[in-house]
Amino acid sequence: MSIPLSWYVVFATVLFCISIAGIFINRKNVIVLLMCIELMLLAVNTNFVAFSRFLANPAGQVFVFFILTVAAAESAIGLAIVVLMFRNRRTINVDEIDTLRY
Amino acid sequence: MISLNDLLVLLPELYLTAAACLVLLFDVFINDDQRDATHWVGIIVMLVAIFLVIHGQPPQTVTAFGGMFVRDHMAEILKVTVLIATILMFVMARPWLKDRKLFIGEFYSLSMFSVLGVMLLVSAGSLITLYLGLELFSLPAFALVALNRESKLSSEAAIKFFVLGALASGLLLFGMSLIYGATGTLDLHRIFASVGTTPHPHLLQFGLVFLVVGIGFEFGAVPFHMWLPDVYEGAPTPVAMYISAVPKLAAVGLAYRLLQVGLGPLAGDWHMMLAIMAALSLAVGNVVAIAQANFKRMLAYSTISHMGFVFLGLANPTPEGYASALFYAVCFALMETVAFGVILALARKGFECEMIDDLKGLNRRSPWFAGMMAIAMFSLAGIPPLWGFAAKVLVLKSAIDGGMLWLAIVAIIFSIVGLFYYLRVVKVMYFDAPDEAAEPLAAKTDPALRWLLSINGLGLIAMIGFSGVLYAWCQAAFGA
Repeated sequence: MSIPLSWYVVFATVLFCISIAGIFINRKNVIVLLMCIELMLLAVNTNFVAFSRFLANPAGQVFVFFILTVAAAESAIGLAIVVLMFRNRRTINVDEIDTLRY
Repeated sequence: MISLNDLLVLLPELYLTAAACLVLLFDVFINDDQRDATHWVGIIVMLVAIFLVIHGQPPQTVTAFGGMFVRDHMAEILKVTVLIATILMFVMARPWLKDRKLFIGEFYSLSMFSVLGVMLLVSAGSLITLYLGLELFSLPAFALVALNRESKLSSEAAIKFFVLGALASGLLLFGMSLIYGATGTLDLHRIFASVGTTPHPHLLQFGLVFLVVGIGFEFGAVPFHMWLPDVYEGAPTPVAMYISAVPKLAAVGLAYRLLQVGLGPLAGDWHMMLAIMAALSLAVGNVVAIAQANFKRMLAYSTISHMGFVFLGLANPTPEGYASALFYAVCFALMETVAFGVILALARKGFECEMIDDLKGLNRRSPWFAGMMAIAMFSLAGIPPLWGFAAKVLVLKSAIDGGMLWLAIVAIIFSIVGLFYYLRVVKVMYFDAPDEAAEPLAAKTDPALRWLLSINGLGLIAMIGFSGVLYAWCQAAFGA
C-alpha cells in the first residue's frame, strides 16, 4: 500500500506554512530567516517530487535539481549579507534592523 | 535535440554570458587606476548586446530548446530597454562610484549577470527558465545593493531585499508546483492548453493565487510593497536607479508569460486581483509619497503608484492592455533614469543630495540640472507634452476599453493627488532660496554624465512625437 498523493501535498503545505510563519514571527535572529527560506524551498521540492512521481512525468524532478542548486547560491549570498551586517552593526537581531522605516 | 539553430536563437544571451565572464576575468588583471578600461569595455559589451538583439531579430516568434526559450517581439522590446537603462546606469554611476572608492569591477560584472537574468526571464517558455531567469536576475541584485560594504544602511537594505526577494520567489515556486501538479507540464503553452481539461481546477486556482502574490512582490505593488522604499533609500544611488528601472521591465515580462501565455484561460480569475492591487498601489503610493522628506524614498512611493498604472494595463487581458502596460514600463524606466541621474550628477564626496531640501534653490545654482529634474518630475506626473502623459493616456484608454471605468477614475483621482509631491520638488528647486549653509555643488560634472543625462531628459520631450510608432511596436508584439 503506497502513501496517497494528498498526504504529500498536505505535508508540503504544512511545511510551507511553518516557514512563512517562521519568517513573520521570528524576531530574534537573521539566521533563522535563512533557515525558513530553505524550508520553504524544501516544501516546494517535496511538492514537485510527489507530483512528478504520481503523474509519471520526470520534468518535476529535473526542476528540483535546479531549485536545489539555486537554493545553495541563495544561502551563500544570504550568509554573505549577514556577515556584512554583523560587521557593520555588531548584531544580527531582527528587532534591531530598524534604521530604515516609513 | 539541440541544434545549431537553437544556439543561434540564443545568441545575445550566450554572448552576454561569455562577455560577463570575460569582464570579470579581465578586471582581475588590471590595476585600480586602469579601472576605466573595465568601464568602457562594459559599455561596449552592452552596446554589442543591443546590436545582437536587434540585428538577429527574426520576423516572427521562434523558439529554441523544445520551447524552453522564446524569442518574440515583446522580449526584444524589453531586452533593448533593459540594456539601454543599464548603459545609462554605467555612464551615470562612474563619477559617483569614483568619489566613494566603490569604482570596482564587481559592479560591472554583477550588473551584467543581472541583466542576463532579465533577458532569460522575459524570453522564458517554461517554468524552469522563468525561475532560473528570475533568480539569476535577483541574486546579483542583492549583492549590488550591498555594494557599499562600510554602510550600515546598505547592509540593512540588502538583508531586507534578500529576505523579501527570497520569500517572493518561494511563493512563486509554490504556485508553480501546484500548477505543475494540476496540469502535469512545465511548458507554458502546454499549461495553457491543459487548463480547461485539468481534473483539479481548485489546485490550479490555488496555485494562481500564489503566482499573483509572487508577481505582486516583484512589481512592488501594494500590499507587497514594503521592501521597495527601504531598498531605494539604503541602496547606493546608482543601484537604486537600476532597481527602479530594470526589475519593473522584467516583471512585465514575468506577468505576461505566467498570466497570459501560461494561465490565459483563467483571466477571469486573475484580472480582478490585479485590478485591486492596481487600485491599492495607486492610493497608497501617491498618498504616502507626500509625507516623504527623502527624495529617494519619495521616488520609491512614486514607483509604487506607477506600478499601479502598469497593473491597470495588465488587468485588461487583451493585446491592447498588454501593449499599454509594456509601453508604460518602458517609458517609466527611462523617466526614472533622469530623476536618479540628476541626483548622481549633483552628489559628490560626502554629500548624497538625497533629501528634497538638498534641492532648494537648485535653479539658481545649476539651472540646467534643475531643468532636467523638472522635466523628469513633470513627466512622472503625466503632464503634457511629456512622454509620461502619453503613457498614462494609453493605459487609461485600455482600462476604459476593458470595461474598468471605476479603476480609471481611481487612477485619475490619485494622479492628481500625486501631482502635489512632484510639483513640490519643482517648487523647492525654483522658488525656494538655497540655505545659507547649503553644501556647494560639485565644481564640474563628468561630461559623459552631463551629455547622456541631457539626451535622456530631452528625450522625454522628443519621445512624445514617437509615441505612436513605439505603441504600434508594442501592439505588434502582442499580435494586435
